[in-house]
Amino acid sequence: MKLNHLDRLEAESIDIFREAVAESERPALLYSIGKDSSVLVHLARKAFYPSTPPFPLVHVDTTWKFREMIEFRDRTAAELGMELIVHKNPDCIAQGINPFDHGSAVHTDMWKTQGLRQILDKQKFDAVFGGARRDEEASRAKERVFSFRSAQHRWDPKNQRPELWRLYNTRTAPGESVRVFPLSNWTELDIWHYIHRENIPIVPLYFAKERPVVDRDGTLIMVDDDRMPLAEGEKPEMKMVRFRTLGCYPLTGAVESSAATLPEIVSEMRAATTSERQGRVIDRDQSGSMERKKQEGYF
Amino acid sequence: MGQPQVQVDLEAELAEQERVGLLRFITCGSVDDGKSSLIGRLLYESKLLYTDQLEVLEADSKKVGTRGGELDFALLVDGLAAEREQGITIDVAYRFFATDRRRFIVADTPGHEQYTRNMVTGASMSEAAVILCDARKGVLTQTRRHAHLVSLLGIKHVALAINKLDLVDYSQDVFDKISEDFKAFAHDIGIHDVACVPMSAVFGDNVVTSSDRTPWYQGPTLLGWLENVELTRDEEDLSGPARLLVQWVNRPNSEFRGFSGRVLAGVLRKGDRVRALPGEAESTIERIVTMDGDLDEAVVGASVTVVLSDEIDVSRGSVIAVADEPADVANAFQAHIVGMDAHDLVPGRHYLAKIGARTVGFTADHPKYRIDVDTGAHLPAKTIGLNEIAVANVHFDVPVAYEEFKRSRDLGSFIVLDRLSNATLGAGMIDFALRRSANVTWQALTVDKQARAAQKGHQPAVVWFTGLSGAGKSTVADLVEKQLHAQGKHTFVLDGDNVRHGLSKDLGFTDADRVENIRRIAEVASLMVDAGLIVLVSFISPFQAERDQARELVAEGEFCEVFIDTPLDVAERRDPKGLYAKARRGDLTNFTGVDSEYERPETPEVHVDTTQLDPEQAASAVVAKLRDMGVI
Repeated sequence: MKLNHLDRLEAESIDIFREAVAESERPALLYSIGKDSSVLVHLARKAFYPSTPPFPLVHVDTTWKFREMIEFRDRTAAELGMELIVHKNPDCIAQGINPFDHGSAVHTDMWKTQGLRQILDKQKFDAVFGGARRDEEASRAKERVFSFRSAQHRWDPKNQRPELWRLYNTRTAPGESVRVFPLSNWTELDIWHYIHRENIPIVPLYFAKERPVVDRDGTLIMVDDDRMPLAEGEKPEMKMVRFRTLGCYPLTGAVESSAATLPEIVSEMRAATTSERQGRVIDRDQSGSMERKKQEGYF
Repeated sequence: MGQPQVQVDLEAELAEQERVGLLRFITCGSVDDGKSSLIGRLLYESKLLYTDQLEVLEADSKKVGTRGGELDFALLVDGLAAEREQGITIDVAYRFFATDRRRFIVADTPGHEQYTRNMVTGASMSEAAVILCDARKGVLTQTRRHAHLVSLLGIKHVALAINKLDLVDYSQDVFDKISEDFKAFAHDIGIHDVACVPMSAVFGDNVVTSSDRTPWYQGPTLLGWLENVELTRDEEDLSGPARLLVQWVNRPNSEFRGFSGRVLAGVLRKGDRVRALPGEAESTIERIVTMDGDLDEAVVGASVTVVLSDEIDVSRGSVIAVADEPADVANAFQAHIVGMDAHDLVPGRHYLAKIGARTVGFTADHPKYRIDVDTGAHLPAKTIGLNEIAVANVHFDVPVAYEEFKRSRDLGSFIVLDRLSNATLGAGMIDFALRRSANVTWQALTVDKQARAAQKGHQPAVVWFTGLSGAGKSTVADLVEKQLHAQGKHTFVLDGDNVRHGLSKDLGFTDADRVENIRRIAEVASLMVDAGLIVLVSFISPFQAERDQARELVAEGEFCEVFIDTPLDVAERRDPKGLYAKARRGDLTNFTGVDSEYERPETPEVHVDTTQLDPEQAASAVVAKLRDMGVI
């Protein structure tokens, strides 16, 4: 019997994992703890079974992630027996960089973009897996599966390597690296279908639950710990909410929802009129902003 | 948002996916044909745009749109800021949409010349193509170029979207004329499934719904065509002989040794007798391992890990093939190569090539010709530059398992990599393995070349006389033939001038025609060698590439290149046909030695310096060489 749609996506992703590992010296998986990362890790396990995936999970921690994400991260790594490398930009720690005092742009650049560059330089990874999909955002649609980065971690959209057939050019000079995107051809719906079919664990924040939130300019922000400064008289309200995307809690908008199961989430997605990344504050600074961030080395 | 209105049944949805196919297609068109608008509209009409995307689109349409504030669908698709500013698409972008019948991945590829490489990239994974043209302009050079590339990359299904029909008042005459032009052309270049759709992407006519402004058109809408075009990807074919490309050797511990890779063709079954290519070693599939449990069989497209019952030599890049129908193995091929980098691919230079899961040393010979993608004409070429397509013989430093590209994209394609910069310089498609390298047993015919030659008491050969006009080629060839004939050898002379009276009388003296003329003579000589003859070819043949081409058509040891080396001033003084005088007067152009180059052979079998040897001595030297070579 022929492979069905999800089987084919799975087989292609596995093919990409194997190709990257076979042709690199020091691969790593950039683990963001979101649902796409969960799928990515699941596919990595399948690609190398019965071996354990021969690379570490790398998490660039901003110290502002949801607490449930961190618990999930540590549990996942322990269960899979994979090495977990957590990097927190020491400059940010020293300067106390946070989204409230420094704004989302500085916060994201310092913790995530600079933090990522630090750990990549330190560990000398030459192939780094990420969970980006081409259906996410306009500039992602033009990215290769094997996306070349200069020694300065820059992406040059005008000078990408042509990618033909399934023949990936994985070659790098010392200091250079490739970002590898095994989920390039998946859509958000594929991800949910696959999570359901394979029974893949995801962070509970994706499911609706009563959570304490405040309304900031129309965006519902969950008060995940006591570092969240509240305006005078502002009081967190308990609301049935869930998250469509996960990041730093002060920068991630919740949606009101009662969807507590996967079928309910997919139903809600069908009816949804806003796209997935819309909950992220960083994308909307101005149009074209993701492309700029990527050129600077953002994943 | 509140309570979801309709509860999705995920199990049912997953079951549904079983029958929903995936079509990958490319769109290509000239700069202003409205490609991005078309894709934007497909996304919009298949209701795949979210409110926030629409809001950005509305804002951007007002800010940088070209439709006077109306929704400019092109902005949805033109993702990169750089190209928004230029108003053109500069790279391949992949878009996703779905209908109830199919899922689609669109490779949106640019139409202008300098980005041919991107179109080739997009086409490499596609099985159908939508070529746009402007109804006001008809089939342009660019349209033909796109069709040529699509055909070259093995795409069998093409729709010509005749766009902007609103600007010609939805005229049936205009549509019919363009359709006829294109269909005739497409047929000539080997594309047989062609649909022409009258369209206005901006107004949505015949994109998703049939337009009442084209009542004369009964065919499918563009989306209708996309939903129904036959899926012909390699992955749809379970019937081919099974091949597994080994990507990674899986050794979690000393007890387990598996080979992880992808099934490229057919169905691999537990218990199958298999051979590891390249090589002769055979074994049996003992297990097909996945994380979800062992399988009895793995179908084309599946990524699995196999365990063999014997310890045989298998490593990354090996192809595990069913033993009774293994893939061929060779290290030299004729291939089509597309130049993908600003640095030319230079013949003779040492590069790397990636084929399947192997990276091997690579050199290309001088191109036999390059293809003018606008006309299909064959032109001479010395290197393979960016956006050029050439045919050349190529050599890998080790034998590899392969299939011809027309049979398998996965085992018939390769990329050429620069050893220093790591850039992808070229994309190659294997036409066939060169005879002298093929590791296949040819069907032994009862009466073969050897049998015919044995009857004649000599080995067949091509003796190729090259040199300037008036150098003395025909004179020496004639003397050689006399000597051989006297010895009872069976000979035949192919003379350049004589051939032009018959076989090549349709050809002129342009570079392209000269390449074709030589090709014909070389093929005829090769046939005569098969017939057991000693063929004497007397021909200026100024370019090394063409002489090499002739050499490669016969087996090693069957080609004797004779360079009749006469200085230009001597040949010109002789001028037996008065041609130099004509050329000097300008009455004859492209004349070798006057306004067209002669490339001296670097390592001919016989080098005759006519200032030292007279024709009889020269003929004796050639006959002596043929004796050395074992021909006589």
